[in-house]
Amino acid sequence: MNRIDALFQRLRSEGARALMPFLTAGDPDLATTASLIDEITTRGAHLVEIGVPYSDPIADGPVIAESYTRALKRGIKLEAIFDTVRSLRAERIGSALTAAPLVTMVSYAIALRRGVESYLDLAAASGIDGLIVPDLPFEEAEGLLKQASKRDLKLIQLVTPTTPRDRAVRIAATSTGFVYYVSVAGLTGERAALPAELAENVSWLRTQTHLPICIGFGIAGADQIRALAPVADGLIVGSAVVRRIAAAGSKGKAELVREIGDFVAELAAALEQSRLSLNE
Amino acid sequence: MSRSSSPASTPDRASNASSTLARDPDHLGRFGKFGGRFVPETLMDALQGLTEAYAEARRDPAFHAELDDYLKNYVGRPSPIYYARRLTELAEGASIYLKREDLNHTGAHKINNALGQALLAIRMGKRRIIAETGAGQHGVATATACALFGLECVIYMGEEDIRRQKLNVFNMRTMGATVVPVATGSKTLRDATNEAMRDWMGSSKSTHYIIGSVVGPHPFPLIVRDFQAVIGREAREQMLERTGRLPDAVVACVGGGSNSAGMFYAFIDDRDVELIGAEAGGEGDVPGRHASSLTRGVPGVLHGSFSYVLQDDDGQTLDVHSISAGLDYPGVGPEHSYWKDEGRVRYESVTDAQALAAYDTTARREGILPALESSHAIGQGLIEAAKLARDKNLVICLSGRGDKDAYEVARLRGETI
Repeated sequence: MNRIDALFQRLRSEGARALMPFLTAGDPDLATTASLIDEITTRGAHLVEIGVPYSDPIADGPVIAESYTRALKRGIKLEAIFDTVRSLRAERIGSALTAAPLVTMVSYAIALRRGVESYLDLAAASGIDGLIVPDLPFEEAEGLLKQASKRDLKLIQLVTPTTPRDRAVRIAATSTGFVYYVSVAGLTGERAALPAELAENVSWLRTQTHLPICIGFGIAGADQIRALAPVADGLIVGSAVVRRIAAAGSKGKAELVREIGDFVAELAAALEQSRLSLNE
Repeated sequence: MSRSSSPASTPDRASNASSTLARDPDHLGRFGKFGGRFVPETLMDALQGLTEAYAEARRDPAFHAELDDYLKNYVGRPSPIYYARRLTELAEGASIYLKREDLNHTGAHKINNALGQALLAIRMGKRRIIAETGAGQHGVATATACALFGLECVIYMGEEDIRRQKLNVFNMRTMGATVVPVATGSKTLRDATNEAMRDWMGSSKSTHYIIGSVVGPHPFPLIVRDFQAVIGREAREQMLERTGRLPDAVVACVGGGSNSAGMFYAFIDDRDVELIGAEAGGEGDVPGRHASSLTRGVPGVLHGSFSYVLQDDDGQTLDVHSISAGLDYPGVGPEHSYWKDEGRVRYESVTDAQALAAYDTTARREGILPALESSHAIGQGLIEAAKLARDKNLVICLSGRGDKDAYEVARLRGETI
């Protein structure tokens, strides 16, 4: 079974939610990315989203956009990212990572340049479980979805606050793995407050699909995790992680990895706390 | 055959019959295989709303009447077509005619699209306008339209372009626009476009994005081409009236490709008229030192559209260079990619040096200061004219005037003004 399906099957039976941190591949370098994936899956991350740096990411706020720029300035290449993932999976058999799904967030520009089938072959061979293509709306996704399914890769599609409800239903129907619910109409990046109608919109979408629904964009820390855990199957934390990686950059790899591990553990604790109170 | 989107004031030839290349994009926004909508889901509803609003406006004679009135009485259309005797003598070939878009109010063709889209924004009830600009001509045109209609205006402009185009920045601010410097990437048009799209991601409910060229996701390439098609419609009629026949060749510069799309569209099905697009060749065939997407790029995705693009083997957009800020862009409109692959338009790469030479030549021989963008078309036009017999006629789109470039040209010559 695909690791994403297995994960949500298990979490649902436990009444638990998934913690899904986002890392930019190659920021500050690929060796550190590998160590971070290993560390955070040990410290409570259930799934890791791996951002493939892109030169023109129009959905990203400054924190993630700048991390992409830093990685690209160091000359990061697509094959090196997949090599890193493949080696990591091979080295860490038996660890928490073994069961943890890895999902790439990748611009269609990159997948298309490589060739969609070639990109998916490479991803599947590296132990990647799914992909999010933020600039590929579902009208254009049919071919990619078919090819991904052939390789048992999940194509996770996005629903946003600007998506009309009839369209959201159609997106959910063609999504696989889970549905990514974008919390805000805007860019990635931490928000002090998330829209009041978020919980209601996600609850409505839940009546329309059996797929897990995970919320991303804007989540800054433990408080929002606690607030959103009751309505979501999973919570995606991107900029808050990437910002901390950038800030810890000068401290050396071991310290950086430990700090990010601590932050993920703090988020995981908040999630566990909500699970206990929900299941009381 | 569906005529639901046939415009009231464009030539009655926009059908999708297979015998014609003058067509509207299909339901996915494709010209052949090019175009589409490769944008975040957050923008899809705004694009759908825009598609519907534009289809309605296009069918509405009152919309066209209002726009045509502004084009005539505010912009000064029709722009003249001018026989350039001393350029013709220099080339020793075809007679050279210049389509004088430089004589429009604000000094370039960009105003045609800015006014059309501003009226469309008002129709949609959107009172805040954003735009990207490279050379600043589209920024000035947009600021102008916003001042005229009392709309809030925010212009995104790369820091490098702000340096090169101070006069336009000053003028935009004078007309009440907010000019936001963009410091990411190469600090030019591509980065300004990214920032404008990012703004729109969070503001599309109240804001219309007046994209300045035939690029971006559907329906922008269609909308901008339609609003610029007045250039070719006029030129075609003017040449028929003036010379009794269609021109033998038409040349226009191509960055994103709006003046050329507007010029070529009227001639697309006139198969005897040769169409030539002049891309920015920069410093020559070295990656990063030119902006020749069609002649040296590959099909790929950039800024929401599938079209020819300059990117590396991983799909990362390459840095580009051109002496002219308006052509300094790594992508191109999808309709141009379609015309290229259909073999209908020939695209050539014109270097910085050729463009500068054409700028000087046109100044000295015609008393006209062309924009550096348009100088690429003139440079290629002189080459094309020389290849043709003296009884042939060639039209060059003089898309804008060169006042804005005086500082940059002086700097390149080591002079200060």
